[in-house]
Parts: sequence; structure tokens; C-alpha cells
Amino acid sequence: MRLIANIGKWFDHRLHLGTPIREAAEHPIPRKSSSWFYVFGSAAFTVFLLQIVTGILLALIYVPSAAEAWNSLQDLNHNVTLGWFIRALHGWGSNFMVAIVLIHMAQVFLFGAYKFPRELTWILGVFLLLMTLGMAFTGQVLRFDQDAYWGLGIGASIASRIPIAGPAIVQFMLGGPIIAGPTLSRFFALHVFLIPGSLIAFVSLHILMVLTLGINEWPMPGRLVKRATYEAEYHEMTKKEGEPFVPYGVWKDMFFAALILLAITACAIYFGPFGPTGRPDPTIIQTVPKPDFFFLWLYALLSLLPPSLETPAVLIGPIVVIIGLLLIPFLAGEGEKSWRRRPVGVLTVLFIAITLGTFTRMAEFAPWSPHMNAWSGDPVPERMLRGTTALERQGALVFQVKQCRNCHALGGSGGDRGPALDTVAVRLTHDQLIRQVIQGGGNMPTYGKNLSPPETTALVAFLQTLHPPGQAPARNASREVVLEEGPEKLTGTGPGARR
Amino acid sequence: MSNEIWLTRRGLLTMLAALFNGLVGIVLAVPIVQFLISAITRGRANAYLAWVPLGAINEFPEGETRLATFRNPYVTPTDGKTADTACWVRHVEGDQFQVFAINCMHLGCPVRWFPQSGLFMCPCHGGVYYRDGARASGPPERGLVEYPWKLEKGQIIIQAGELPTPGGSAALVRRTPPCA
Repeated sequence: MRLIANIGKWFDHRLHLGTPIREAAEHPIPRKSSSWFYVFGSAAFTVFLLQIVTGILLALIYVPSAAEAWNSLQDLNHNVTLGWFIRALHGWGSNFMVAIVLIHMAQVFLFGAYKFPRELTWILGVFLLLMTLGMAFTGQVLRFDQDAYWGLGIGASIASRIPIAGPAIVQFMLGGPIIAGPTLSRFFALHVFLIPGSLIAFVSLHILMVLTLGINEWPMPGRLVKRATYEAEYHEMTKKEGEPFVPYGVWKDMFFAALILLAITACAIYFGPFGPTGRPDPTIIQTVPKPDFFFLWLYALLSLLPPSLETPAVLIGPIVVIIGLLLIPFLAGEGEKSWRRRPVGVLTVLFIAITLGTFTRMAEFAPWSPHMNAWSGDPVPERMLRGTTALERQGALVFQVKQCRNCHALGGSGGDRGPALDTVAVRLTHDQLIRQVIQGGGNMPTYGKNLSPPETTALVAFLQTLHPPGQAPARNASREVVLEEGPEKLTGTGPGARR
Repeated sequence: MSNEIWLTRRGLLTMLAALFNGLVGIVLAVPIVQFLISAITRGRANAYLAWVPLGAINEFPEGETRLATFRNPYVTPTDGKTADTACWVRHVEGDQFQVFAINCMHLGCPVRWFPQSGLFMCPCHGGVYYRDGARASGPPERGLVEYPWKLEKGQIIIQAGELPTPGGSAALVRRTPPCA
């Protein structure tokens, strides 16, 4: 024991780190801040460390070359001992990290921890969130498969819409005219050097500020933050009823961090690594690219925005959101911290969470995407053909062969891009059906040039059979009147004029 | 205060050292920036575009639209398969062709041709185009990008080399909206 103590002394005599480390460990925290709500920051940091370790391990095998990356991932998945597990840890670690950073941010916001004097801690946190998302996106690119390739194409398409500089920015982003070798190399540099380097620097400052400014006290309704008095009050509080962080608060952080690591490990073992999906060969076009989980909401947003709003929303939206986040501590740097007295803040968090959740859920089944194989893969339900005429059955055939099914569901299968047509005959009359098929409209292409008159007749005959039993198809009442009574009866002048 | 010299020898030397560093910094910054933006400057010089053959004309029957692939004219040693590009060739009639980029003009996903309904459909956000590349429905704001093409010695060749994007592809043919 004496020997260890002596070695320790020898190092500390030269490093002088013992005192600052002890002071950091024993810095007083408000008694109530030792809470299970305050564990997310340290958990995010722990996952970050896991990502560094697993990332370095993956870099031992991974080849950042557009020609070889996919093969090296296959090698990791199938040949290298436990390569699949390290990949799975890194992939699941990424998902957990984004999730924990978001939860941490929501907690900090709801507990008013961004208020004076912790504005800069929040601002650094906003950049840490952006970097975490940047790591998630660049990491998805490094998993160089079909999704990564077309994901880059989406990134390039968005960047190209920047006025004037768009095309130059695309070439800068891709490192050339197309998505190819230099593109992967520069995303590798981003993912492995640039963003992690900045992350380490920003995380260090972020944590340093938590230590120097002290952890946020548990917000009490009615205890208002005032610039003039807050620091003295906080000092008084930690002096009077403060406890040293180690061991008073640290054990909850440690437990939660271990729990998260265990959860990541469990997910990694149970679900395994993410992809890679198909080879990144742009000549293979039978692909349905989809972004990773944390960008699914964006995928939904880009489908649901009206086309005219899309470019401004995509280019200006992120700037507005980032500026808004950065301004929060300046717009509300004083006053009430407790969520119990900040209904607007609580509703904002709920609104954002529900919106993102809804978009993510929608993106999981992507109702806006045509089902490319529905026309040849999903048969017309048998009950819809029972008792139909030859013409109507021919119409069902036209319906399938002309790929109507890719966008319109029948009996619950098929695309959701357009409305399901199970009961279309109730909604549209014979003439309206013909018009809709030939002229399109309401986001439907016009089929006039691609359907012969007999095909149209058959198709509409089939569509007219699509109504619930016992419910008559829609009909144009005035047309029947005209046919029955003749047009002269409707003018209001003839002897048989209607009342 | 009165007898304090505003510029000491040390002060002057520090300023000169800072100036020296500034000069060296500029000398280094110029090539570094040139290196960084070389992907853009090369593009300015139009080094990316070239005429590439797609195959013999008789591989593309009249009235049909078929997938063709070509190796991007500008390649780097690590490109692998990514430099292979697909495009849709429509043989309108006689010696009239249209060559469409594979990329949807919404966000660049690969569109697929359905000959039965005469439509290109995009699997991502549901963009649809007519057989002549004009926008039919969905989020795209314009029709498919067309490559400039010509016929030479029984081959169809196109001018290609850049990823077609909705905001870019200045060198490629711009579609004018078709008359309704």
C-alpha cells in the first residue's frame, strides 16, 4: 500500500492533478439535485465513450473506400470474430446516444437549467446535439450500402437547392461530380476526425462549466432566478444543505450509465448490427431507400410538405430552429424554473415530441410511397370478383396491369399514396370515375394517353362494382332526370315543367 | 506613466513575430484552400463532363424505354461500382431519343419505368413522371433531367458526368414545361 501511495505521490508531484480532481469530485451539489432526473448528461457521456472505443475497434477492419467499404463490413459481420457484435454495439450506441441527448435536452429545458448563469452550457449543448446528429448521419454514410448511397443523393438534392451556391456546395460535399470514392473519404474524415474532435472539445467545456457553475438546483415553483442575486443564493444553498457529488450524487449516475450500457449490449446481442443493406451500386435501381430511425421524421416531412413550401422549409427551417434554440436562454434567462409554472414550455416540448413521434411512426410505413410491386404481387381480393361480368373482370385486370394498385389499396393491400378504392363507387359516379381516370388530378397522373377506350370502359366498369353490399353506387340524379324527362322539361317553360 | 515607452524592443519583436506568422499563415492558407475547393474548381473548368456511349442504337427498340448503364467519365481509383450510372433511354421514333437521368427531381432517388402504364415512379416520396419525362404528380417540382445525346456510328452517346440534382445540373438539358 505504501508503495502505491508513494507512486501516486511521485506522479502528483509532477502532474499536480490530485487537488483539482478531488475538488471536482467533492464539489457540493444541492441536496435535491441528486435525483434520477439528473442522470442523462452523464449517461450521454458514457455512451459517447462507448462510441469512441467501438469506433476505434471498427476502424481496425473498416476500409474507407467506396470500392471496399461494403466488403469490409461484410467481413466484419461474417468473418472477423465478434465483428458483428462490435458493429451492433456501435450502431445501437448511436441510437441510444441520440435518444439520451434528446431526453437530456428536454429535461434541462423543463428544469430551467438553461437560465442564468448557465446560458453558455445550453448553447454548447445545442452544438453537441447538432454534432450528435451529424455523427448519426455521417455514420449512416459510412455503412456504405444502398441506403447510404441514396441518402447521400438526398443530401445532395437538398444542398443543390441553396440559391446560387447550390451546385458548388454539392460538388464540395461530394468531393467531385458524383457520389463516389472521394465522397466516402470525406465523410470518413468528418465522422472519425472532424466531428469527434469537436465533440471532445465541446463536451469537455460543457462538463467543465457544469463543475464551475454547479449543477442546476431542483426547481421549486415560485423560486425565481434573478441575475443580481442568483449566484449568491446558489452558493448559500450549496453551503447550507449541499453534499459532495462523490459519493452523494455519483452513484445514481453510475447505476444509470451501467443500465444504459447493459441495454445497448442487450439490443446489440438480440437485434444484431444494422445492415449493410444492398451493395452501393447505382445501377441497381430496385431499391427503396430509407433513412435511419432518427431521420425518419425528416423523411416524412419531405413527403408531406407542399412542393412549393419544401425548398424554403428545408433551407430556412433548420436555421430558424437552431437560432431559436440558441436564443432560448437569452429570451428567458431569468424567472421561473419549475415546469409546474411554465405551461407554454411544457406544451412546446410535448408538441415537438408528439410531432416527431407521429412523423417517425408514419415514416415506418410511408403511406406516400407507391408500393412498387403491388401491381404484380397483391392479387385483387376474390370477393371483389365474385359474380362480376367479363367486362368487370377485364377491368380488374386493367387495374392491376396499369399499376393502379401501386398507389391504391384494395382489401387492405397495395399502395397508400392515393385513396383506397374498396368503396370508390359510393364516392364517385360513373362519369366522375371516367374523368378521374383520364384526366387525373388531385395528385393523380392523367391516364388518358395510356388507356385505350375499351380499357377505360372496362376499368370504370370494375370500379363501379366497388361498393359495400346493400349500398348503391353513387349516381348523378340530374342526369337521370334528363334521361327520363328530356331536356325541354327542365327549362321551366314547357307544359311539363317541374315546380 | 510619462516616461513609459509605448513601444519596447520586446513589444516590437512580438509584433514582428506575429506579422511573420501571419504571412506564413497566408502562404500556407492559399494552397490549403485551393486543395479544399478543388472539387469545385475542377467542375468550373468543365472537366467532369464528357460524351460517353450507351450502346448500339438497335439495343433500344423504337417506342420503348430501356435502362442503360455507363461508367462515369470522371473516375477516381477508389470509386468501385459507384462510378457506374444508370439512365433511362426512350427511343421515341426514327432517330428521336430521350435519355433521362435515373434520379427523381425531388430528392434524387432512382425512378423506375413501368411500360404498362407509361409512367416513371419514384419509390421514396411518390414522384411520378410521364413517358416523356414531364412531371405527372407527387412532390417533384419539375420533370426528369435529360442528358444531351447524339447518334454516332450506330451508337447513342450522351454527355454526362455530374450527379443530376434539382438545383444543379446546369450543363444538362433543362425541361420546358410541356404544353397542356
